[in-house]
Amino acid sequence: MAFFLETLLGGLMAGMLYSLVALGFVLIFKASGVFNFAQGAMVLFAALAMARFSEWLPQWLGFDNLLLANVLAFLIAGILMFGIAWLVERLVLRHLVNQDGATLLMATLGITYFIDGLGQSLFGSDIYQINIGMPKEPVFLLDSVFEGGLMVNLEDVYAAIIAASLVILLTIFFNKTITGRALRAVADDHQAAQSVGIPLNHIWVVVWCVAGLVALVAGMIWGSKMGVQFSLSTVALRALPVIILGGLTSVPGAIIGGLIIGVGEKLSEVFLGGYVGGGIEIWFAYMLALVVLMFRPQGLFGEKIIDRV
Amino acid sequence: MAKREIGDVILDVENISLRFGGVNALSDISFDVREHEVRAIIGPNGAGKSSMLNCINGVYQPQEGQISFRGNTFKHMNSRQVAEMGIARTFQNLALFKGMSVIDNIMTGRNLRIKSNIFLQALRIGPAEREESEHREYVEQIIDFLEIQAHRKTPVGQLPYGLQKRVDLGRALAMEPQVLLLDEPMAGMNMEEKQDMSRFILDVNEEFGSTIVLIEHDMGVVMDISDRVVVLDYGKKIGDGTPEEVRANEDVISAYLGTSH
Amino acid sequence: MFYRENGQFKTNYKADQQIFAITQDRWAVLALIAFAFIGVPMMVDEYLFRAILIPFLILALAAVGLNILVGYCGQLSLGSGAFMAIGAYGAYNFIMRIEGMPLILALLLGGVCATIAGIVFGIPSLRVRGLYLAVATLAAQFFWDWAFLRIGWFTIYTPSGSVAVSNLQVFGWTINSPVEKYWFCLGFLTVFALLAKNLVRSAIGRNWMAIRDMDVAAAVIGIQPLYAKLSAFAVSSFIIGVAGGLWGFVHLGGWEPAAFDIQRSFQLLFMVIIGGMGSIMGSMFGAAFIVALPIFLNQALPVVGSWVGVTISTAGIAHAEFMIFGALIVWFLIVEPHGLARLWSIGKQKMRIWPFPH
Repeated sequence: MAFFLETLLGGLMAGMLYSLVALGFVLIFKASGVFNFAQGAMVLFAALAMARFSEWLPQWLGFDNLLLANVLAFLIAGILMFGIAWLVERLVLRHLVNQDGATLLMATLGITYFIDGLGQSLFGSDIYQINIGMPKEPVFLLDSVFEGGLMVNLEDVYAAIIAASLVILLTIFFNKTITGRALRAVADDHQAAQSVGIPLNHIWVVVWCVAGLVALVAGMIWGSKMGVQFSLSTVALRALPVIILGGLTSVPGAIIGGLIIGVGEKLSEVFLGGYVGGGIEIWFAYMLALVVLMFRPQGLFGEKIIDRV
Repeated sequence: MAKREIGDVILDVENISLRFGGVNALSDISFDVREHEVRAIIGPNGAGKSSMLNCINGVYQPQEGQISFRGNTFKHMNSRQVAEMGIARTFQNLALFKGMSVIDNIMTGRNLRIKSNIFLQALRIGPAEREESEHREYVEQIIDFLEIQAHRKTPVGQLPYGLQKRVDLGRALAMEPQVLLLDEPMAGMNMEEKQDMSRFILDVNEEFGSTIVLIEHDMGVVMDISDRVVVLDYGKKIGDGTPEEVRANEDVISAYLGTSH
Repeated sequence: MFYRENGQFKTNYKADQQIFAITQDRWAVLALIAFAFIGVPMMVDEYLFRAILIPFLILALAAVGLNILVGYCGQLSLGSGAFMAIGAYGAYNFIMRIEGMPLILALLLGGVCATIAGIVFGIPSLRVRGLYLAVATLAAQFFWDWAFLRIGWFTIYTPSGSVAVSNLQVFGWTINSPVEKYWFCLGFLTVFALLAKNLVRSAIGRNWMAIRDMDVAAAVIGIQPLYAKLSAFAVSSFIIGVAGGLWGFVHLGGWEPAAFDIQRSFQLLFMVIIGGMGSIMGSMFGAAFIVALPIFLNQALPVVGSWVGVTISTAGIAHAEFMIFGALIVWFLIVEPHGLARLWSIGKQKMRIWPFPH
C-alpha cells in the first residue's frame, strides 16, 4: 500500500512537470490557434541558456554568489526567450497568417529543428547542471501510519508549488487583464479581433513571450531535476498526450491531464511493465491519448470542434 | 417554365424538425416536390433553407420527421445513400476541390459509376483505361454544356467565382441526378451571369429531365423559372404554392417580400 | 522554342490523359531512366552509391508512399518510421522463418504487414484530423519502437532487437556489389513510382484529393471517407513498408529499432514538404535534397568557415544541419508551399515560352 502511494505521489509530481510544458502549448494555441511543436525545443533552449549563463557569468564578471548567478542567468535566459518570440512572430507567423493548421504545425516543426540546432551551437551539447538550491534528499512522511514512511522528493514538491503559482498567475493574467482579454479574443477569431483594433502581431509576440517564460520555468525545474541535456527537447513529445487528454484549449485541462498522464505512466510501468518487458511508459501515454481521441477528441475540458458546410 | 410534363411526387418532406442545442433550425416542415418541376425555397437569411437541403442530403440528421424519395421512406438519410439514389447538390460556399483541375473536379462526380478496383487502377490496363476514357467523354459533354472548355485543365481555385459556380453545377450534373438541389446558385453573380445560370438550370431541367429544388434570393429569377415555391421563415413554413400565389400571400409579404411604399 | 507543344494534337482521351503528355517530356524521362540504369553505374564510384544513391532511391520510395497519405489525401502522419520498421522486421521474419522464401516476395510481404498496421492505426483518421491525427500516428511510432525492442518474437529473440541479413539473392543472382544493390532499388523505385502515378491520376487518386480538399463535400458526392482514407493509409503503408525492408536489407544489412525512429519519420515528412506535397516527382526531389544536403554541408561548411576564420567541428556541422533544415522547412512553407515540384513546373513553364519572357 505504501509502495502504491509512493508511486502515486511520484506520478503526480512527474505529471506536474508535464503540465508545465503542456501549459506552454495550450497558451499559444488558445491565443493564436497555432500548435507550437517547438515548445519542447524552447524548454531545452531556455534550460541550456540558464545553465550556461549561471556558469559563465561568475567567470566573466568575477563574483561568487550562486543566487545572484541564478537570478541573472534567469533574466538573461528570459530575454533570449523574448527575442526568440519576437523573431518567430516576425519571420514566420506573420507570413503564415491564413494557412491551415497542418501547415502551421509543420512550420513549428521546422522552428523546432532550428531552435535545437541554435541552442546546441550556442551553448554546447554536453550535459549541464542547473543548481537552484533544490533539496536533493528525499524525505519520509507519515512514518506513523506507514512503516518507514512514504518517500517523497522535496524537490518535486517545490516544483509542484512553483508550477501551481505559475498557473494561478497565468489564470489571473488571462481573465483579469486587458491584454489577457485581447489574447482570448484573438484565439477566438483573428479577423474579428483585428476588426476591433487588436494588433495581431503584438498579441502574438506577447503570447510567445509568455510561452517562452513558461518554457524557461519548466526548463529550470526539469533541468534542476535531471540535468540539461538534449533528451529534454523530447519532453515536448511526452507532453502531447497531456494536451489531447486535457483538451487543447484548456489550462485546467493541461494541469489535470498532466497529473493523470504522470500517474498513469508510473502506475502502468510499475504494475504492468513487468509482464510485457518494461519500458511501456512512453507509449502508454500515447495509447491513452489515442483512446481519448477516438471517443472524445476535444479532451476532458476542451471545446467541441465543429465543422460547418 | 419546364417544358417537360410535371409528374407525380418524387420527393416528400414530412414534419421535419431540426434542432441544434437550443436553436430550432427547422420546425415541422412539410412539402413535396413533383418530378420534372422546378421548386424554389425562399425566405430571409437564417430561415433554415440550407439546413433543409442538408437534411435531404444526409449532412444533417433531423430529430423528427421523415423524407420519402420515390415512395421509399427514410428517417435518416445517409450522404452516400442519397448520392446513390440520384440526388445531387451544389453548395452555397462552393465546396469545390480547390487543388484539382476543372476536369478532375467534375470527374469526381462520376465516382459512383466507376467500377474498377484499386489494383486495376494501379496497373491502368484494359478495363481501367477504358473506363477513364468513357467517363472523361461524359465529363467533356458537361463541360461543353456549361461552356467552360477553355478552363478545363485550370486548377479550380484559380478561376473567377462565376466559373467556379459552373464547375460546382457540373460536378453535380456528372452524377446524372434525378433531383438536383441547388443552394443559391446565383449568389454573388451579376445580371449577365444570372441569365447564363438560369439558362443552364432550365436546360438541365428540360434536356436532362432533372427535378430542380433551388434556394434563391433573387425574386425575379424565382418568379421566372420556378413552377412552385416554398417559403420559410425562422424555420417554419409560411407559404407554399405557385409564384403568383406566394407573391400575394400576406404572411410572406410581411416576413420577406415587403410592400412598395 | 525547344519545348513547344505545337503540332502535338491528341486525338483520343487516352492520349490526353497519359502520364507525360508532352512528347519532349516522354523522351526526357525515358532518357533519364536509361541513364539511371546504364549511364550512372559507368560514372560513379562505390562511395557515391553507398552514401548517396542507394539511400536516395530507398528514401524516395518511402517519400512517394508518405506523399500519397499526406500530400494527396491530406492525412498528417508522423509515424512513418514505424511502418518502415514493420516492413523491415516483417520481411525479416518471413525470410528467416520460411525456408526458401524469395527475397522480393519477403519484401512485399513485409509491405503487407505494414499495410495491415497502417489500416489499423489509420482508423483514428475517421474521427480526427490535423494535429490530433498526428498525435495518433505518434502513438503508432512509439508503440512499435517499443515492440521491436522488447517483444522478442519479432526479432526471433535476438538481444536488443538487432537483426542482420546476408546473402541476398534474386532468382539465383546474388546482390552483393553496390551496383547490384543500386539496380535492385532502382527497379523497385521505378515500378512503384509508376504504380503510384497511375493511382493518383485515377478515380481513387481523385477521391483522395477530394477528401484532402473538402471531405464533407466529398461525402455528398458519394465518396466514402472510410474507404478513401483507409485505402490511402493502406497504399501508403505498403510502399513505406517495402522501402523499410529495402533500407534494412539492402542499405544497412543489419539494423535495430532506432534506425526507424521518430527522426526518420520527421525526415520523410520533410522530404514530402520540401519536395512538394501532392507530387510523385516532388517526393523524389525532396529525397534527393535531404540526402544530399548533409553531404553538401559536410564539404561546404568547413570551407565557408575557413573564409571567416572559424573552424567548425563535426558536431558544429550537425547543429548547422539542424538549423538549416528547420529554416528551409519554414522557408518552403512560406514561400512555396508546393515545394520543389512547383518550382520545377514553373521552370518548365518558362521553358515552354522561351525565348519569350511571357
